[in-house]
Amino acid sequence: MAETSTLSPGEIMLKVENVSLRFGGVKAITDVSFDIQKGEIRAIIGPNGAGKTSMLNVINGFYHPQDGTITYKGATRAKMKPYVAASQGIARTFQNVALFKGMSTLDNIMVGRTLKMKSNFFWQVFRHGPAMTEEIAHRRHVEEIIDFLEIEHIRKVPVGKLPYGLQKRVELGRALAMEPELLLLDEPMAGMNLEEKEDMCRFILDVKEQYGTTIALIEHDMGVVMDLSDRVVVLEYGRKIADGTPDEVKANQAVIDAYLGVAH
Amino acid sequence: MLYRESGQFKKTYSADMQVFPLREDRTGIAVILFIAAVVIPLTGSNFFLSTVMIPFLVFALAAMGLNIVTGYTGLISLGTGAFMGVGAYACYKLTTYFPDVPIVIWILASGVFSAAIGALFGLPSLRIKGFYLAVATLAAQFFLEWCFVRIPWLFNYNASGAIEVPTRWIAGIPVTGPNATPMTRYYVILFIVVLMTWIASNVLHGRIGRSFMAVRDMDIAAELMGIRLLRTKLLAFAMSSFYCGVAGATMMFLWYGGGEASDAFNINQSFIILFMVIIGGLGSLIGCFFGAALLHIIPVMLKFGLPAIGIPLAGATAEHITYLLVGGLIILFLILEPHGLARLWQIGKQKLRTWPFPY
Repeated sequence: MAETSTLSPGEIMLKVENVSLRFGGVKAITDVSFDIQKGEIRAIIGPNGAGKTSMLNVINGFYHPQDGTITYKGATRAKMKPYVAASQGIARTFQNVALFKGMSTLDNIMVGRTLKMKSNFFWQVFRHGPAMTEEIAHRRHVEEIIDFLEIEHIRKVPVGKLPYGLQKRVELGRALAMEPELLLLDEPMAGMNLEEKEDMCRFILDVKEQYGTTIALIEHDMGVVMDLSDRVVVLEYGRKIADGTPDEVKANQAVIDAYLGVAH
Repeated sequence: MLYRESGQFKKTYSADMQVFPLREDRTGIAVILFIAAVVIPLTGSNFFLSTVMIPFLVFALAAMGLNIVTGYTGLISLGTGAFMGVGAYACYKLTTYFPDVPIVIWILASGVFSAAIGALFGLPSLRIKGFYLAVATLAAQFFLEWCFVRIPWLFNYNASGAIEVPTRWIAGIPVTGPNATPMTRYYVILFIVVLMTWIASNVLHGRIGRSFMAVRDMDIAAELMGIRLLRTKLLAFAMSSFYCGVAGATMMFLWYGGGEASDAFNINQSFIILFMVIIGGLGSLIGCFFGAALLHIIPVMLKFGLPAIGIPLAGATAEHITYLLVGGLIILFLILEPHGLARLWQIGKQKLRTWPFPY
């Protein structure tokens, strides 16, 4: 899937070094460093307000950190727009579903293919020739994703009418349609029941297996995090307090204190 | 029983991706086109053609333009009237300098000028949204209106200060000016409207249309999908103004024929077209036709229909009643069906599909 990537599994895909992000006097992230290796599921956890979502926003170019560097696939990036991140193969889903509510499931996922579509305005006007060939080719790809996520039955339903669990699934589909190398998932299981969570876990593991996509995951359900992820980074008040395998993190005293509190 | 999709299986993606996947819909469109192209010109009087049909098509085209930017891309524009004016004046200048080129070509080309102006005034849309954008486009409206009156070059230094539509022939038949028959003018505008509706439908069903709607529904997510906001919004403004410009040119050349030109492109026009889009249905092409039909036909009916059945109604009263009715309709629609007549049409079709069962 990753046609441009020359990285082999285990190599460092994204490196965050000493990143600090401030909004006026509010320090969202302070001096955080970690890396994401190709092919792994990397979880970012922490209590509410720890700066997890801000971290994702920094990674995909939505926020620009005041200090620190981000190196993606060996290139240290300058200030950039989110669509540049998209063209470099970074896709994401949102904590509160950010689907295009007026459009059908199919159209939502087709929007994910926008960057891959090349036909010019002239052919679009006639909806013929290259424009139509391209539409059909991408439709085929989108149907594969629809198949993969088992959402065939809601193909033509406007997503605004779908239940929450399905919306989350469509959003994952839309991100997958971009054929990302790095997929950022912001609480993909928030507000789901057990069955829906299990489905979502299965999809995340399948994405990693089938497409070899690297995944960065924010999640509050510790059971899920510990089961799914290869490595975990823990943030608290914008600082990194732990980093390592799920077992190491579970045993870390600072993490236990952050989640359970400390006796004073 | 007449409207069923049962038994119509789609075996290819291209069959499934048609604009009208149902055979019944395609037949319906063919019937409407036949009525528009054959039945109406044959049976309609000159009065009906020039008072009802031609203005209806002009308004439908303008509403389509506004719907592209407001309904599909979610950017409110109050400059529709001015953009129509740009098209009309551009067409006037073009045909003054090159009188031998067929006027239809100039009507379509005049859209290019209003597209450029529209894109220029669309620039603030990257930074501002909603009401503030509406005010920014209002500035376009007032500025351009001022230009139409103050720059005499635009109206060829006429004493009247308005466009005086010259007679232009295509293949020996007068198409514009005082000698053009309503039938000829009707056919020309029908051709333009059908062509441009087809193009709009093609563009809006493809990649570009999807990126418009993505920007409307969730611009942050759209940007993270790789859609460049400024480019998409400017394209929406340009395309919208192109349609408005062509509508303005047809309005002046095929409907008004000059005369009361000076106040044709004022703020009222912008509002009326916005009402058409809201009542017809935001984000729907067929809604443009519904909205234009409703808002144009109510005044005509009051003005000419009521006296015909023996209820005398002074012109001014008819106009006042029109305002009352339109205002009431807008309030009703905003409360009962914010998606307009197009949604009612859709609901009706859905009911028909499952009839006699409720679902």
